[in-house]
Amino acid sequence: MNTTSANSGILDQGLMNKTPADNSMAEQWRLDVVRKQRMQDFLFHKLTLSFSLIVLVSLVGILISLMVVAWPAFKKFGIEFIWRVEWDIINEEFGAAIAIFGTLASATIAVLIAVPLSFGIALFLTENCPVWLRRPLGTAIELLAAVPSIIYGMFGLFVFAPLFAEYGQPALQSTLGQMPVIGPLFGGAMNGIGILAAGLILAFMILPFIAAVMRDVFEIVPSILRESAYGVGCTTWEVVRYIVLPYTQQGVIGGIMLGLGRALGETMAVTFVIGNSQRLSASLFSPGSSIASTLANEFGEADDFHLSTLFALGFLLFVITFIVLAIAKILIIRTERAKGLKT
Amino acid sequence: MDEKLYRKRVRTNRIGLALSMLAMALGLFVLLWILFVLFKNGFQALDFNMFFHSTPAPGSEGGGLANAIVGSLMLVGFSTLVSTPIGILAGIYLAEYGDTSKTAEVTRFMTDIMLSAPSIVLGLFVYAILVAQVKHFSGWAGMLALSLIAIPVVLRTTENMLRLVPGSLREAAFALGAPRWKVATMVTLRAAKSGVVTGVLLALARISGETAPLLFTALNNQFFSFNMNGPMSNLPVVIFQFALSPYDNWIRLAWGGALLITLTVLVLNILARVFFREKISS
Repeated sequence: MNTTSANSGILDQGLMNKTPADNSMAEQWRLDVVRKQRMQDFLFHKLTLSFSLIVLVSLVGILISLMVVAWPAFKKFGIEFIWRVEWDIINEEFGAAIAIFGTLASATIAVLIAVPLSFGIALFLTENCPVWLRRPLGTAIELLAAVPSIIYGMFGLFVFAPLFAEYGQPALQSTLGQMPVIGPLFGGAMNGIGILAAGLILAFMILPFIAAVMRDVFEIVPSILRESAYGVGCTTWEVVRYIVLPYTQQGVIGGIMLGLGRALGETMAVTFVIGNSQRLSASLFSPGSSIASTLANEFGEADDFHLSTLFALGFLLFVITFIVLAIAKILIIRTERAKGLKT
Repeated sequence: MDEKLYRKRVRTNRIGLALSMLAMALGLFVLLWILFVLFKNGFQALDFNMFFHSTPAPGSEGGGLANAIVGSLMLVGFSTLVSTPIGILAGIYLAEYGDTSKTAEVTRFMTDIMLSAPSIVLGLFVYAILVAQVKHFSGWAGMLALSLIAIPVVLRTTENMLRLVPGSLREAAFALGAPRWKVATMVTLRAAKSGVVTGVLLALARISGETAPLLFTALNNQFFSFNMNGPMSNLPVVIFQFALSPYDNWIRLAWGGALLITLTVLVLNILARVFFREKISS
């Protein structure tokens, strides 16, 4: 029943109903159908191809259009723009160093905190968690990734920052702040917002992405390897440390780079808590700015040349994240390919 | 057996597993904490006025989010209408024709990068090609920026779902003499239907909370407006502006909007999972 109706849907309806008078006509008619379908196939191929090229075109378009608008800024400051420590809107003296420093510092802090946590979560979900709990807990972590970044921003500004100023920062200052070399990083005024706070909020934003990749690549490890290790008496920790981790090394690094890419380009969460000041300071407690937060804050009031420098910042951000994400993707693809080869 | 070494290994194992459990607990704790804060502050703002009044002027009392809610619905709705067919057709290309072609491989790679690319840069892009040319912010520009974010999501999910369709199904259709486009649209796409819906829902969830690109494109509008050709009010930008404002009623509205957005996004995500599970079980 069902199959017959499906068939007539696929074959051209006319083939079944028409009964041509003589054979030559039938032959001609069949050729027409074939030709028509060939034409349709050709068009369909080109149509889908052109739509898939939209992504490529927009990527190239982004690079070109940002470069075009940013050109006056690059022309005036040259390549020096990248390491100039200056952001003077009134005198039109601009440099990207402060924003780049803020971006890199907050993203690095985020990755340093998120990596051990997501490793723990991935380990728990793949090795330690009761099977019936795996799906709900995995979903909960994925929902953490779904929460819009502006919510993280509000949470960071209204809830986290006051608590951090009252408990977190004094605790850090009295411990890490007293140590040589890294001490100055934890000095200065404690008002909750700043580069460190931005890094902490970012850490929880990128944690689900890193954890998801780690969990997926951990599951790629052939069970025969895992079971052999358990068979010779390894503990769960030893299996993960000496079997799973070396096997999935590239994928794990890929996941970390993916998280880094996310952290570098994150706008809203950072804008709320980084403090938005165009100054360079030795302390991680002090307010700073990232490329994305500078764009979000200053775009509204920017005119011609200032706008051009903002586009220059955007161009740099895009290039940096593009490189990081490309490396991440290559590493993850390699790990997934190894799965096909070794099992 | 070396008793000491054995003890040490057991201890390392216990510490490692305990730490991993702690990491999991911390992750869950943060999720619950955020949701708790959101519900606590958000429900105080939720009332009749929020849905039927427009955003208040600086310093004035009361007001609601009606214009922002409608604006957000229009922006997200139009972007979904644009990005769904484009994403699905492009996904069909990658899944059905993309095994041998170099173009498809490059496209797949670039799509994956676009999935994580900073959304604020997409806002700059649309500003440069559209807003700067026509010299005013507009809902269409916002829609374009959101579509550019949604397309990679729909594309990759569609491709992955089409790849799950067994090859024998395709071959059976080919054997009946069906042309390629009919096999792709009427057999494989139909078999992967619920998976494709998953992709669309995930894209919807993704763009509902996007703020950064809208700052440079749709901007904001204090008044109620259906005009996509002018600046368009939308929830994320209103939340951004109101949360950083000095007025109490603005901040209260920002929490209300935040709750609204988060609930939408979480419900969409859970719906997407339900559809996906249907796909796996069928």
